[in-house]
Amino acid sequence: MSELLRIEDLHVSFKTDDGAVRAVDGVSLTLNAGETVAIVGESGSGKTVTSLSVMGLHKKGSAQISGSISLNDGGTFKNVVSLNDDEIRDIRGRAVAMIFQDPMSSLHPYYKIGNQLAEAYLVHNPGKKKEAMARAIEMLDLVGIPEPAKRAVEFPHQFSGGMRQRVMIAMALMNSPQILIADEPTTALDVTVQAQILALLSKLKKEFNMGILLITHDLGVVAQVADRVNVMYAGRIVEEGAVDDLFYSPLAPYTLGLLKSVPRVTSKNERLKAIPGQPPSLINLPVGCPFAPRCEYKQHSPEAGCNTTKPALIGTSPTHRSRCHIPESLRHDLFAKELKELQS
Amino acid sequence: MSDVILKVDNLVKHFPTGKGKRGEKEVVKAVDGISFELKAGETLGLVGESGCGKTTAGRTILKLTEPTSGKLIFEDQDITEFNASKMRAIRAQMQIIFQDPYSALNPRQTIGKVISAPFEIQGITPPEGVKTAVQNLMARVGLNPEHYNRYPHEFSGGQRQRIGIARAIALKPRFIVADEPVSALDVSIQAQVINLLEDLQEEEKISMVFIAHDLSVVQHISDRVAVMYLGKMMEIAATADLYSKPRHPYTTALLSAVPLPDPRSERTRERIILTGDLPSPINPPSGCVFNTRCWKAQDKCRTEVPQLVQLGASQVACHFPEN
Amino acid sequence: MLKFIGRRAIFAALTILIVSAVVFGIFSLLPFDPAALTCGQRCTDQIVEANRVRLGFDKPIYEQYWLFLSGIFLGRTYGSGSSAFSCPAPSFGYSFNENACVTNMLTEALPITISLAIGALLLWLTVGIGLGIVAAKFKNRWPDTSSSVFVLLATSLPTFVTGLALLIWVTIKWKIVPLSLSGYVSIFDNPFGFFQYFILPWITLAIAYAAIYTRFTRAALLETLGEDYIRTARAKGVGERVVFFKHTLRAVLAPLITLAGLDFAGLIGGAIITETIFNLPGLGRLTLRSVYEFDLSVVLATTILAAVVVIVMNLIVDMLYAVLDPRVRIT
Repeated sequence: MSELLRIEDLHVSFKTDDGAVRAVDGVSLTLNAGETVAIVGESGSGKTVTSLSVMGLHKKGSAQISGSISLNDGGTFKNVVSLNDDEIRDIRGRAVAMIFQDPMSSLHPYYKIGNQLAEAYLVHNPGKKKEAMARAIEMLDLVGIPEPAKRAVEFPHQFSGGMRQRVMIAMALMNSPQILIADEPTTALDVTVQAQILALLSKLKKEFNMGILLITHDLGVVAQVADRVNVMYAGRIVEEGAVDDLFYSPLAPYTLGLLKSVPRVTSKNERLKAIPGQPPSLINLPVGCPFAPRCEYKQHSPEAGCNTTKPALIGTSPTHRSRCHIPESLRHDLFAKELKELQS
Repeated sequence: MSDVILKVDNLVKHFPTGKGKRGEKEVVKAVDGISFELKAGETLGLVGESGCGKTTAGRTILKLTEPTSGKLIFEDQDITEFNASKMRAIRAQMQIIFQDPYSALNPRQTIGKVISAPFEIQGITPPEGVKTAVQNLMARVGLNPEHYNRYPHEFSGGQRQRIGIARAIALKPRFIVADEPVSALDVSIQAQVINLLEDLQEEEKISMVFIAHDLSVVQHISDRVAVMYLGKMMEIAATADLYSKPRHPYTTALLSAVPLPDPRSERTRERIILTGDLPSPINPPSGCVFNTRCWKAQDKCRTEVPQLVQLGASQVACHFPEN
Repeated sequence: MLKFIGRRAIFAALTILIVSAVVFGIFSLLPFDPAALTCGQRCTDQIVEANRVRLGFDKPIYEQYWLFLSGIFLGRTYGSGSSAFSCPAPSFGYSFNENACVTNMLTEALPITISLAIGALLLWLTVGIGLGIVAAKFKNRWPDTSSSVFVLLATSLPTFVTGLALLIWVTIKWKIVPLSLSGYVSIFDNPFGFFQYFILPWITLAIAYAAIYTRFTRAALLETLGEDYIRTARAKGVGERVVFFKHTLRAVLAPLITLAGLDFAGLIGGAIITETIFNLPGLGRLTLRSVYEFDLSVVLATTILAAVVVIVMNLIVDMLYAVLDPRVRIT
C-alpha cells in the first residue's frame, strides 16, 4: 500500500482579539492509496482546520502552523507546511483535491460549469483549451450527469443540490488527483442523494486508486464508508483505529459518548444518553484532558490525572490508540455494559 | 371533546411562480392534498426530503400561510377560514419552533424580551409576573435564569434553540409544530435538545408535529410517522411499524438510504439506491408522483393517483404496497 | 424579452405623465401671476393682459395642461394674427424671460450636462473602484487606512467647497487651467479646450462619488472574498490574481453597475451646484434659474427630462444586471 499523506504533530492556531485559538493541537495521521480515512468530530473539534491545512488554504498570516504534512506527489514527498505559494498552488487540484460541504455556494454563480471544470484542468495544463473542455464533459459523464455536453453550458443555479455535488466531484477529479479530501460532502444533501454520492465516491476511489480523507460528524456515514477513523475533540485526536474497533470496542470516553447519543433507527424508543455540557473554548483550553469537564468516568482515573495532565495517545495495539488516563483494561470493563446495550 | 386535537383534510398549498399564460398560471405544488389526524399528547413525525413540502405543510397548518384549499380543524373548530383576528385568540395554543437557531431570534432583543414576547402579544400577565415567568421558563429549558439580559449572539446554537423552545412553551400551548429543531445542531447537543423536547411534551401534554429529514431522530421522538414526497402523503404508520415493516416503496428506499452507525451491518446490508432526480413540484409526474423513481412502477402507477388507504394499522398511498 | 420592455415602457409613460401633472399642478397653485412675469420693468397692465391671452394663461388649468401635452407632439402656436409665433414640435413651451422656445434652450444645455456627467462618471468609476480594490487587497494596512481617510474627507466636503477651492487655487491662483471665458467647446471641435473646460468640474463631482464607490467596492470585494466559491477556486490551484479579478471582481460588477447607472441618471437631472460654480450653462443651472424666475415652462421641461432619463436608465440598468448575473435572467 503506498502512503499518500502523513501528517505529523500538526499545530494550527489563530490570533484573535480574545487570544490565540488552538484549533489543531498536535494531530498526526496517515492516508494510504485505496483507503478511506475518516476524521470525526463536532464543530470546533478542528477537523476542518486540519483538512484545510493539507491544502494550504488558510489565509496567509492569520494561521500559525507547525509540524509537517507530507504529501505524495506522484512519488515525490513534499511538505505542505514548508512550501511557498507557487508550490502550493501547483499541488492544489492536481496532487490533492478537495470537495466541500455546501455545493450550492461552492460553485461560482456567474460562470458556466463547463468553464469552471475546464479551469481546473487549465490551471495545471495551460493553453490546452480543447482538451480541458473534452475532459470536463468526460468527467461530468463519469459522475453520472445525464446529457453532459448539454449541461456543461449551464449555470450552477440550474442544477439541483445532488447534481451540484457531483459537479464538484467532477471538478476535483479533473487532474486525477491521488488524494481527495471530502469535507462533509453529504451533510447538506438529502439522505437518498447522500446514498448516491457516497456510492459514487466509493466507485471513483477504486477506479482512480485514490485515498479519501473524509471529514464528517455523521457516524452513520463513517460506518458506511470508512476504513480507519480518527476521532477529534478540542483540536486533538482522542481515538484512532479501524472502523470496527471504533464502533464495537471504543476506547475513548468521548467516542463512547458520541455512540450513545446518536439516535438509531433500530434501537428501542428510550431516552437518548446525551453528553452533558458543551465543547470547551479553544482559547482557554482547560489544563489537563479537555474532555474531563464532561466525562462521566473521571473517578476511575488514577491520581486524578484528568484535571492536571493531558493524556497521551497510546494503545495496547499500535493500530488502535486513544487518549485517556484510565488504564485500557479497566475501560474495557467500564464500557462493556453500555456497548452491549447499544448493540442489542 | 374528542381526543383528536388536529384534523387535516386534503390540505393543499400552491405557490404561483408568476409565470405562465393567463388561465394557465404556473404553480409550485408544494403541498398537494394531505390528510391526517393528530391525537392529544401524540407526536407525529413528518419526514421527507427537500422539496417534499413538509415545511410548507407545517406552516400552513399553523396558518402562517393561508391554505389554497382543504380543511383544518383544530380542537373541533374549523379554522380554515379564520381571519387574522380570529386566529389570534387561538394562536396561544399553537406554537412553532424554528429550524435555524441563528436566524430565529431577533439579534437586537435580549432573550428576556424574546421569551416574554408571547405574553405581551397575547396581552396575558402570568400571576407571578412576566420576569419571573420568563426566568422559570429559562430554568425549565436548561438555561441560566441570570442570563435574562443577554443577547442571542452570546449563546451557542444549542442554547439558542433552547431559547426558541422556551418562547414556544411560554403560553402553555397544546400544540407545537417543531420544524427541524435539531438539524442545525451538533450530534451531542442534538441529543440534549431531543431529550428536553420529550420531557416537556410529557410534562405539559403537548401534541407535536415534528418535521425532520433525519429518520433516526424522528424515530426516537415520534409515536407515528408520516412520509411525504412531492407534496403528497405516501405513508402514515406507527413508528415501530414504519421502521420495521415499511409499506410504501419510497419509505423502504428512504430507510435503506440511512447509514447506520454499525459497520458490520453496513457492509452486509442491501441498499436500494434511487435513480434519477427529484421531479419538479411545478410539474409533478402524473398518477403516483413517485412512479418515475420506483422500481415497482407499472402502467397503473403512471395514470392513476393512489389514494391513502388503510392497510392494517397503517395508511399507504400505493397501488402495489410492500409487505 | 420584448414583452418585458413593452410593459416597462407603458409604466414609464404613465410615470412621466403623472410627474408632469404634479409639477404643473404645483405651479398652478402658487400664488403669483405668471402673466405678470412676462415683461420687465416697463410693464403696463395692457401688455400683461395681452401676454396673458397670448400665452394662454387665461384659460382654465386643465386646458392649459392639455395644450402643454399636445404641444409636445404637435408644436404650439402662441397668440393670433400678426403677432403670433410658434414653437415647432416637440414643443415644451415658450420662455418669455429668454424669449426662446424651451426646446431650443434644452438642446443647447443638454450637451454640456451630458459631457459633464459622462466625464465625471468615468473619472469616479476609475478612482472609486481602483481605490476600493487597493483598500480590499491591503486590508487594514496603510493603503486601506489612507483610502478611508480620503473617503471620510471626500464625503464630508460639500461640492461647493471642493468646487470653489479648485476654482480659486487651480484656476485663479496657479493658473493651471484657464478661466473659460470663451464658453463651451465641443469635444469634436477642440478636444484640448474641451478637457480644460471640464476637468475641474469633473474632479469636483468625481470626488464626492468616488468616495461612495470606494467604500462600496471595498466592502463588496471583502464580502465576496469570503464566499465559498472563492475557496473552491483556490482549491483548484487558481492563482491569486486570477482569483481576484476573474472570480471576485466579476461578482461585484453587477451591483456596481446598477449603482453607477442610477447615479448617472441623477446627474443628468442637473449637477446644479457644480454648474453654477464653474459657470457651465447646463441643465442644472437652467433649472435653478428658471425656478427663481418662476419660468414654469422651463422648469416643467427640465423636470420631465430628468424623469425620462431616470426611467430609461433604470430600464437599461435592469437589463444590464441580467446580462451580468445569470441567475436573474428571464428565461
